[in-house]
This record gives sequence, C-alpha cells and structure tokens, in this order.
Amino acid sequence: MDEIMSRKRTSFFTIFWGILALLYFFLPIYGTLDFSLRMERGILGFKAYKIIFADPRFWEGFRYSVTMAVITIIVSAAIFVPTIYWMYLKVPQARPIMEIITILPFVIPGIILVFGLIRTFSRPPLQLTTSTFKTDILMIAGYVIISMPYMFRAVDVGMRSIDVRTLTEAAQSLGSNWFHVLADVIIPNLRLAILGGSLICFATVMGELILADFLVRPALGPYMVRLGLTKAYEPAALAIISYSLTWFSLGLLQFFSSRSERQKQQVITT
Amino acid sequence: MSQMFATRQRKLWREYPLWNWVGLFPFFIFIVFFLVFPSLRLFTGAFTNQEGGLTLDNLKVFENPNVLKAYIMSLQVSAITAFVGGFFGFLVAYSITQGGAPRWMRNVISTFSGLAANFGGVPLAFSFIATIGQTGIITAMLKKACFNLENYGALAQFLASGGVNVSDITNVCPLNPYTYGFSLYSLSGLVLAYTYFQFPLMILTITPALEGLKKEWYEASTNLGATPAKYWRDVALPVLMPSILGASLLLFGNAFGAYATARALTGGSIPLVSIYIGQQIRGDVLGNPNEGYALAFGMVAIMTLTIVAYSLLQRRATRWMKS
Repeated sequence: MDEIMSRKRTSFFTIFWGILALLYFFLPIYGTLDFSLRMERGILGFKAYKIIFADPRFWEGFRYSVTMAVITIIVSAAIFVPTIYWMYLKVPQARPIMEIITILPFVIPGIILVFGLIRTFSRPPLQLTTSTFKTDILMIAGYVIISMPYMFRAVDVGMRSIDVRTLTEAAQSLGSNWFHVLADVIIPNLRLAILGGSLICFATVMGELILADFLVRPALGPYMVRLGLTKAYEPAALAIISYSLTWFSLGLLQFFSSRSERQKQQVITT
Repeated sequence: MSQMFATRQRKLWREYPLWNWVGLFPFFIFIVFFLVFPSLRLFTGAFTNQEGGLTLDNLKVFENPNVLKAYIMSLQVSAITAFVGGFFGFLVAYSITQGGAPRWMRNVISTFSGLAANFGGVPLAFSFIATIGQTGIITAMLKKACFNLENYGALAQFLASGGVNVSDITNVCPLNPYTYGFSLYSLSGLVLAYTYFQFPLMILTITPALEGLKKEWYEASTNLGATPAKYWRDVALPVLMPSILGASLLLFGNAFGAYATARALTGGSIPLVSIYIGQQIRGDVLGNPNEGYALAFGMVAIMTLTIVAYSLLQRRATRWMKS
C-alpha cells in the first residue's frame, strides 16, 4: 500500500528538489577534490597533498589534535558513564536538570564559551595559562564541554536500552562491588554507545578552531586557517583530508553498529 | 490536594534522599568550573565597571555604531540563511518523506543530512573557495560559457540601435556570477556557504513532523471535497507550523553562533558579532573589557531567547507526533 501510494505521487517536483539537494551536497566536495588535484598546470596530480604531508607543521597539528581528541574522549567517558549510570540508578528525577545542562553548549556559542574560559582562567585565583601543560588542561576541559551534548546523548541512549537496575542487582547479589558492576557489567553493555559518542567527539575535536586559536595551541584548526590565508591549492587538499577523517570515523561507527545488529539477530535466531 | 502533594514529596524524599545526589557531584563540579564560572564571569563583567561597582553603563556598547552594525549584520545573515535554508530544506524533506522520492535518493539525502549538518568550520569555507571562489572550478566553468557579440550580428545591431556601445562588449559571459556583484567573500557568499549546513539541519528537524502527517487526513479532507491547496492551507500547514517555526529558530541560532566558517571565508572582513567578539578577545578593540562582556552577554541573550522559543514550539509540535 505504502509503495503504491508513494510511487503514484513521485513527481517532477520531488525529483527536482531531490536532485538540487544532491547537487548542493556533492558539487562543493567534487569541486574541492578537483581543485586539489590541479596544482600542476594541465595535469591531475597529488602535488598539493605531497606538500601538506611533507609539512612538519601539519604533522605537529595532526599529532596534537589526535592526542587532544583521545584525552578528551577518555575524560569525557570517565565523567559521563559513571554520572549517567548513577542518574539511572539513584536519581532519575535529575534527568531534566542534566538534559538542560548538557544542551547548554548549543545555547552558548563556542566563541562566547572560549571568551569566558579565557577571562576566567587567565588570572588568579584560577590561573591555568601559565604553562603549556596547564593550558592543555584548559583545552581539554573546553573540548569536553563542547562535545558534551553528543557524549551525553550517546551514553544516555545506550543506558536506556539496557536494564540498569536489574543488571546491577544481579551483579551485586553475585557479590561484585560498585567498581566491578560498572567495569565488568555496565560498560561492556555500553560499548557501542560509548564508541558512538567517542567518534563524534573525535570528529569535533579534530575540526575545532576557536579554542586552539585563542589559546594559541598548535592544533589542526589554526593550521588550516593560516594555510588558507597564503595558499591556494593546499587548503583544498587539506579540506579533503579533513573530510576523509570525519567520514572514516563515522563509517567506522556504521560498521560497528551494523555488525552488532547482525550479532543480535544471530542471538535471536539461535 | 496539598496532602497528596505532601505524601508525594515524602515518598520522593524516602526514595531519593539528598545523599543520592552525591554520585552526580563530580559532574556538577566540572560543570561549575568550566561552564558556570566562565558564564558568570561574562555576566558579572557585563554589569560591573572597572572598579567592581554595579552599573548598567556597559550596555552603552550597543550604541556604538560598529557594534550595532555587527549585530545587524549577524541578525541579517542568520535570518536570511534560516529562511533560505529552511525553505529549501523543507521542500527537500517533503520530497523525501511525502513526495515519494526513489529509495536510493531518500537514503543518500538523509545520510548526508546527518553529515552535512555538522560540516561547518574551516574545511567548508575551503570547499566553497575551491568551487565557486574567484578561481573555483564551477566559476571557471560558468566563465567559459561566453559568447562574442561579433558572432551575433543581429543582436549587436539591435543593441547598437538602442544606444549601447557595442565595441565595449565583445565578450559576454552571462552566467558568470561575479559580473552580477556576487562575491564568495561577501554577504551573498556567506549565505551560500551557511546554507550548506543549514538546509540539512532543516531536513533533520522537520522530517519527524512531516512523517507525522497522516495520509488519513489528506484522504478525509479530499473526501469532504477539499482541493489539495485547501488541504494544505487548513490542515497540513496549521499542523506543521509549530515545527516549521521551531526549526527555523534552530537554524537562526545555528547561524548566529557560527564563527569558523565566516572567519576562514572572509578573513573577518564581514563584521559579524562573533568575529567582533573574537577581535575583542585578542586585543580589546572596544577599549573597555566590561563592554566586551556586555557584547557577549547580548549574544547569549539572543541565543537563549531563540532556544527557549524553539523548545516551547517543539513541545507544541510533538502533540501531533504522538501515537
């Protein structure tokens, strides 16, 4: 029935707007790819990519951003998994407050958050800008805040799909303590949710500009902007590299979630 | 009634006494340090003077013509991209939900919307520069579509008879957007680039509402003799309106807070509030840090209004999505 209805109403209107959307999606990406390959006049080649991969500042930015992303993911998971677990188990009425708090980074624009962070932590009593190590702590705190809406939602959805209370009581009646309940029972059940949150976290940190720019740390974002000011072809290549990173992490997520779906189905059929 | 409330309270207390909240303290402490303190710093800064006394003087910053210009520009960009992105996104979302687009098209568009809505930032600016910047691929293609007036004798004669100096236009490129005052590095370019992440966001937020439009409503109204236009005016649009308005507000806020794309695309030559605040962080362009806080406070106030209105509308909208 559904199929018949929809087939009947496929019209010029539908096709027109659909194609326009696809063009809007793909033309800029195609344009970037094409442009990035045209550094040498008359031929298509990877010269722009070679230049970027030979640039030590790119690798410095890459290494720095990856390190920051990994630490951010660890800190973020360490904060949110126990907190949300506790919320489910002990204080479910805290949910509205938690939801409002974790949505705040969408309300407070990044530039404002950074403004506040810099002005709060650049002078005593809470000074964190005296050394690069302390600045990095500030960076990670900022990244955790910025990626908080994604991490919270991912873990929250994962936690909802398992019966936290029953699992906890079962584990406790078998004699395990809080730490073991969390580490051996809850977290393995949340693997996919945590992975999902982590990958979005990773993509966010890798593309982030404002924090690193204003705290003057050598992340990938400021490197991109600087390159864009002086070069023509390399930025296009860099954009493609950046897209590949994002798609790689999201593709990975797709892969893992479809695999776990299959496993679930196998469990059901056997 | 009050007794019921009291017993409910007591029950809640027994079930969730205060020490149950202890487990949330590490999270709250983190939030207090890295979200509440910074926000308070801006807030108190906006309403105190250099000596620390309470004052409303800092709000005078909104009389500063440069600040005013930045706010107007930001509001303009946000409103235009919310409208353009919202309209386009709505039509696309309608095509893939109700319009019966082919399955592959539906899949590609919904997958890509999820990606593109988070696309923003510096790479997006680079993509648009490479595609439709001065030397971009599409620009080059459009520039190539030229014709020489000498080859079109009749047209040249016609123009000459109209008093046009034909020898000036030997090479006409009617498709080159740059001859019509378009520039990627101006307002029109910013709108074009922002639309890239605005319309997918519209698709994502409006699709649930469109899926909530029941076929029975259409059938019922046509059975009662309504034309499709009347169905839209009296049934579909009233049901969808809260969702459409809410989604547009979300788009508005999304553009209003954006920084990286504008920075990388225009190098700060377009005076947006976010760019202005960036300059204030770097070098106190206002000459008064407290006025800078007031500037930031104004931005948060607008964002808060937008998001609160959005969630109120969203609550109204979900009435139709249940069941």
